[in-house]
Amino acid sequence: MLSLLHAVLVAPFMDMASAPAFFVEVLIGGIAAGLMYSLVALGFVLIFKASGVFNFAQGVMVLFAALTLVGLMEKGAPVALALLLTIAVMVALAFGIERVVLRPLVNQAPIILFMATIGLNFFLEGFGEMLWGANVKKLDVGIPDESVKVAGVLINKLEMSAAGTAAVLVGVLAVFFQRTRIGRALRAVADDHEAALSIGIPLKTIWVVVWSVAGLVALATGIMWGAKSGVQFSLSLIALKALPVLILGGFTSVPGAIVGGLIIGTGEKLGEVYWGPLVGGAIENWFAYALALVFLVFRPQGLFGERIIERV
Amino acid sequence: MIYREAGQFKTTYASDQAMFPVVQDRWVVLALLAAAFTVPTALASEYWLQAILIPFLIYALAALGLNILTGYAGQISLGTGGFMAVGGYAAFKLTTAFPDVNILVMFLGAGLAAAGVGLVFGIPSLRIKGFYLAVATLAAQFFLVWLFNKVAWFSNYAPSGTITAPPHTTFGVMVTGPQASAQARYVVALGFAVLFALFAKNLVRGRVGRSWMAIRDRDIAAEIIGVRPLRTKLLAFGISSFYCGVAGAEYVFLYLGSAETLAFDINLSFLVLFMVIIGGLGSILGSFLGAAFIVMVPIFLTNVPHAMGLGMPVALQKQVELMVFGGLIVFFLIVEPQGLARLWQITKEKLRLWPFPH
Repeated sequence: MLSLLHAVLVAPFMDMASAPAFFVEVLIGGIAAGLMYSLVALGFVLIFKASGVFNFAQGVMVLFAALTLVGLMEKGAPVALALLLTIAVMVALAFGIERVVLRPLVNQAPIILFMATIGLNFFLEGFGEMLWGANVKKLDVGIPDESVKVAGVLINKLEMSAAGTAAVLVGVLAVFFQRTRIGRALRAVADDHEAALSIGIPLKTIWVVVWSVAGLVALATGIMWGAKSGVQFSLSLIALKALPVLILGGFTSVPGAIVGGLIIGTGEKLGEVYWGPLVGGAIENWFAYALALVFLVFRPQGLFGERIIERV
Repeated sequence: MIYREAGQFKTTYASDQAMFPVVQDRWVVLALLAAAFTVPTALASEYWLQAILIPFLIYALAALGLNILTGYAGQISLGTGGFMAVGGYAAFKLTTAFPDVNILVMFLGAGLAAAGVGLVFGIPSLRIKGFYLAVATLAAQFFLVWLFNKVAWFSNYAPSGTITAPPHTTFGVMVTGPQASAQARYVVALGFAVLFALFAKNLVRGRVGRSWMAIRDRDIAAEIIGVRPLRTKLLAFGISSFYCGVAGAEYVFLYLGSAETLAFDINLSFLVLFMVIIGGLGSILGSFLGAAFIVMVPIFLTNVPHAMGLGMPVALQKQVELMVFGGLIVFFLIVEPQGLARLWQITKEKLRLWPFPH
């Protein structure tokens, strides 16, 4: 019993202290992974904020965007053109989703909309693979996937640039939400869509904008993850990685998605490296969920979610 | 005029509150039950039983369980696959540990094990609601599957991690294992499905079901009028997991024969949730309709292109199937968000009035 307690509570921390450089490496790896999770979670948050839809298809949108980009590049399109075309495709997708899925389902229960996005998930998965093929594709963004040593700590260039991109994207989105006219309209819709409608904000346009932005975020995510691990079906599974981030940070909070991502990313890496061997490893599948669950018991609305005020 | 209840007077409270107050309903259900027990066992081919009817009944049982939790008690769960895995592995451990006990009892034991696990994972539901809870139940899904994968004890240290249903007889008939006939397995699955549907139907009509629905519709108000949320929610989790556990045991023992943890992955959870939503939230009949729909659609999609003479490459066909499946789900949600059970209700209304417009 005592040795078990020692193995759980003492030994991991001694490992950390005895090899600080390795600890920092793990930590940086965790932060980088966390920012990547944040990117996916951000796509969820944007759509949930503006339309109250828990968009399960975000993961497949990431896959679809990356597949389209790589597919176009393989067809010989230059990078800039392929990027532009992919953006156009994602915006067109947003229009399509608004017209075919969202508009007929206005005012349905949230779970119905959730299931509809799972249907969308299946559809996009089949559609993307039918268009571009199901084999693993390599996405070369011109940043080598190699590590450099900085002050005795190994740092992966690709992860760093991904983290940088995530940070920039978050900054741009924050400005977009706070400072622009359309951003203000988005926040108004998120707050109370009936009130927003009554003062003349066009709901349909807002939804298209939001899904387009989520599509662009998906594209950015797809490029970063695709460059790291190749463009393949498993890319869509990162949606499952982003869900604990989402509940931890709160469904409605952009900063929450970032902080949640960092907590989950670092927690997951540290847990896997220092505590994972105790239970036979491969715990990253559920560890993030357990971590988020512990947080939730104390703050049911997530770290930054809107306070739940319950009235009868 | 076809479905006419005029002239059927209820003279006692008991007859007024009967499960099927209309005479036609009673006869149709009885006839259907009799047919379900006799016709497929006599006529259906091995393929029909194995590929359609047995999975349909097992999925229907799991959907019933999830419907109790999500449709009646209003707690969204994405952990169905995990709870079914508990049932499957518990049944395996129980049958190998006590080979002499009747297999049907073991299924119930597996259900109890799943109920215990469900109670534990239901505890967060007291604090967490809605989609937060849905995501939290994913923790159950991933953790349980990981556990059964990692701890070799659960599969009796089989090197491949596969659990295989040992042969078992009940009342002199072989019901599990490779030698069991599809007919025997079908009858067992049908018996369980009917019994548990009956139990669920009565449960949701009574005090327990009402308190579930009160919690679902407005939990604070329910609490104020004296429904205890802790007990009610945990009871829903427990009973729902019990159903899922029995379904999981059947899934391994009556349908697959042998299984790995992969059989219980998250897709199974989504599949069962689809059945509940497409069939109709908060409807016992809906669980069966939804299960039938979800079992039939892929078979239909696989066979139709063949029948029409459209030869497609396997990969393309799989992708088209995915697209059509996704599209159909969205289509059904748009056409009838309240599910197939609601469609059946509308049909009954129409039949009652036909051929008059009002």
